[in-house]
Parts: sequence; C-alpha cells; structure tokens
Amino acid sequence: MNRGDAVIKVEGVSQAFGVEGDPRRVVALESATLDIARGELLSLIGPSGCGKSTLLNIIGGLATPSTGRVTIEGQPVRGPSPQKVAYVFQENTLFPWRTVIDNVKLGMAFQGVAKAERDDRARQSLEAVGLVDFSDHYPAQLSGGMKQRVQLARALGLQTEILLMDEPFAALDEQTRMVLGEDLSVLLARTGKTIIFVTHSLVEAVFLADRVAVLTARPGKIKKIIHIDEPHPRKSAFMTSPKLSALRNELYELLHDEIRKTLIQPTEAGAGA
Amino acid sequence: MRPKLQFGQRLIQLGVLIAILVAWWYFTLPGGINRLLLPPPAPVFSDFWVLLTTRSIWPDLLVTVHEWVVAVAIATVAGCTLGYLVSRSAYTVRVFDPLLAGLYSIPAILLFPLFLLFFGLGTGSKIAIGTTIAFFPVVLNTVAGLANVDKAYIRAAQSMGANDLQLFWSVMLPAAFPVVLTGLRLGCIIAFLAILGGETISSLAGLGHRIVSLAENMESSRMFANIIFAVLMAFVINGIVSFAEARGRRGFQ
Repeated sequence: MNRGDAVIKVEGVSQAFGVEGDPRRVVALESATLDIARGELLSLIGPSGCGKSTLLNIIGGLATPSTGRVTIEGQPVRGPSPQKVAYVFQENTLFPWRTVIDNVKLGMAFQGVAKAERDDRARQSLEAVGLVDFSDHYPAQLSGGMKQRVQLARALGLQTEILLMDEPFAALDEQTRMVLGEDLSVLLARTGKTIIFVTHSLVEAVFLADRVAVLTARPGKIKKIIHIDEPHPRKSAFMTSPKLSALRNELYELLHDEIRKTLIQPTEAGAGA
Repeated sequence: MRPKLQFGQRLIQLGVLIAILVAWWYFTLPGGINRLLLPPPAPVFSDFWVLLTTRSIWPDLLVTVHEWVVAVAIATVAGCTLGYLVSRSAYTVRVFDPLLAGLYSIPAILLFPLFLLFFGLGTGSKIAIGTTIAFFPVVLNTVAGLANVDKAYIRAAQSMGANDLQLFWSVMLPAAFPVVLTGLRLGCIIAFLAILGGETISSLAGLGHRIVSLAENMESSRMFANIIFAVLMAFVINGIVSFAEARGRRGFQ
C-alpha cells in the first residue's frame, strides 16, 4: 500500500499566528513537507501545540498556510474540498437537533448528493459502524464512543477518497478507544481510503498507521517518519505483540524530549506517557 | 427542562394561594378594611362571574388583544431582522450588542407620554409602547443565539461543503432557535404588561382602561373582578408562550 502514487503533497507548509516581529507571534508549524500515498494511513503525533491539527486543517482547506502549499491529486487546496476530503473532528459536531440518520444525510445534502440516494447511503454507512439500529436516536441519547462512530459514518457517507481524522477518540476512555481502534482498522482496510489521523496516543498511532510522522515541540517540524510494516486489518493480537511495544518505545524515545520542552515543570515529564 | 414538581411542592404552592384568599377574606370582614378600598372576596367573585357570563368585557378585551398581537408581530419581525443583521459579523456584534443592551435598560414606559403625543390616545400609542418593550429581548436574544453558535458546527458544515444558505437554514437557525424563542417568550409577556400599563395611564378602550374607569367610579368589586380577569389572562399568555417555547425546543431537540 505504501507504494501508491502521492495523493496529497505537502510542500514547505508553515503556519504562524500574529504579526512578524510581535513577541506574541506563535509559529505553530514550520516548513512541513510530506507526501501521502494513495490508500495509506498516516498518523501525525507530537506534543500539544505542535501544529498537528493545524497541518490537518491546512490539508482539509479549513485553514490557509502562511507559506507553502498543499496539493490534492495535483490541485492546490484553496478551501474545503468536500468531494475529495471528509473530516472526523475531535469534538462532537453532530447536530443535536437532528437524529443520527438525519445527521448523516445532512452531510450528503451539503456535499450535493441527490436526495433519492441519501437514505440508502446513510443506512449503509451506519451499518458499517454498527449503529443502524440507532438511526432514529438523537445524539444526546448516545455515548461518547457512539457519537464518534456516527461522525465516522457521516464522513464515510460522503464517499470521499480522503479521510482526515483529528484526534477522533481523544475524549473517550482508553478501553473504549482501543476497541474502537480495532474496529476502525478493520473498517478502513475495507474502504481503502487515504487517511491522515492525528492522535496523542502512541499506541493508537502504531496500531492504526502505515507511517507515523513525529512532530517536534513548537514550532512544529517533522522530526522523523516511522514505518509500521504490518498488514491491515490489524487485530488485537498486534495490540499485544512485542513488535508494537518496540515501535511504541521508539516513538516514545523520539517524543520524550519534545514533550519535556512543552512542560513548565520538568518533574512532571513522563506522567503523560 | 424543569423536573416535574412533586405533590408536596404543589401542595405548598396551593397553600400559599389559599392563605392569600383567607387573609383577603379576614381583613375585609366588617370592621376591617373599608369595602370601597378593598371589597371582600364574595362580591368580587360574583362580579367576576357576571363579567364572564355577560361578555360585557368583550369589546375591551378585543382592543387589548389586538394591540398585543400587533405589537408582538412588529417586535418579532423587527427584532429578528435587526438581530440577524447585527449577528452577521463579530465587528457588528461588538459595536451594536452593548448599544442595544444599554438601550434596553432605559425604562421604556417613560416614553409613553411621547407616544401619546405621536400616536394619540387610541391603540397606536399602546402598540408603540408594547413594540418598544418587546423589541429588546427579541433582538438581544437573536444576536446572542446567532452569534454564539458553536464554531465546531460551522466548521463541520463548511468542511462538508455547506453553502451560506444551507449553513444558515440547517445549522445557524436551528442552533440559535431555543435562545431566540426565549427572547420571543419574554417579549410576548412584557408587551402585554406594558400595554395594560399604557391603557391604565391614558386610553380610550381596553382592559386597563376599563379597570381605571371602574376605579374612578368607585365600583371596587367590579374593578377587582376585571383585575382578576387581566391577571388570569397574563397567566394564560404565559402558559401558551411557555408551551410553544417548550414545543419549539423539542422540535429542534
């Protein structure tokens, strides 16, 4: 899968907030260059504030970089491209006044899917995440994990080639996110989408990704890219394997100093690992 | 939503109302408060019954209801429109929201003499005061509702390709709707109070007018019967708009 042609090209992308020379100016991301191959799952990992979400938003066209450019299939990104890119957000962005299925269908309406097609497609994507029985529930009636699965169903329903996931499981407890991670691996292996997955979790990054891009502390730069050579879909056996542990430890080594840099009190380092 | 009241809490509420009635009865016994100032409950209720059965209140009731409906309609259209325009950008919100909130704190009833000069003693001045008073909660809540829609919803909709119209109808409006409804409910209730107030100050017809003329004729028990009618009407209006608000919220979950 790694040898597909580059679908997404990130070329020297930097993002700064504030005016040049202002002491409050924050450089979130510095000259990131990256190719993402068709059908690949790339994880972005790094300490808080390193610009992983910023990079994702730039690729998705929700933010404009200060310098550099992103192309998707050769076309420069100049705003959201809903025909090619679907998002799963960290926060719950399901509309609370709509039922689960109506949320999924509304995404398609925004994207421009013909009305007659929406119902079937919505049911299929809810089926894929195992929530078709909850079609007529409201988001408030679902658990956090279920809401994230509905958000995933909404993104799948858009049938885009690219899926951007911004810490989709960050708000969930560790056990839930591990099981959801397994489900996600199976599901994504089937769809063959190109995916960029932002996460804080070392294990999640290794478990899901073909490649893990490690970012430095702010200003975020791509420090290293690690290849995870393991076929999809990945099962729970991989979760408990020494190979995963070794890769996780390698990631931790890379991140350790970066995390320390972001902490005010060095004595607390490691607590988050 | 408010949890359902327990039986005991209902009993206390009922007890307070009964206590007021008993006190009213007690203090108006012979030798108590002058009957011209405060008539006892019995004649008031019999006059209230007459008022309901003879429908003599009908013409005045129609005048007040007409004033109220027109005032609420104007305030709703004007308040929602202006609120929408102000909410369009963060800049206009910063400029106009404090301005509107400041104007809201002016006691609008002080404008009533001016409205009398402008619109006359008839319904015009009552509609003007009702509109003025109802306008502010509507416009302020419209601004608050639309300007505070969760940015994550907007980002999600835009990422899926929503155009401006879809964004407004499918995201902004339903997200802001409960807050706007609260403004409308407040507007409905205080417009009614302001119109009754205006009618008691100076008017040609209406419930307030009726109460004042009965007071001037020293027909105390009929006056109180009409006051009870107005109070019940305020309860009914409150009940109807609260019900509509709850239904509207539920519709949008």
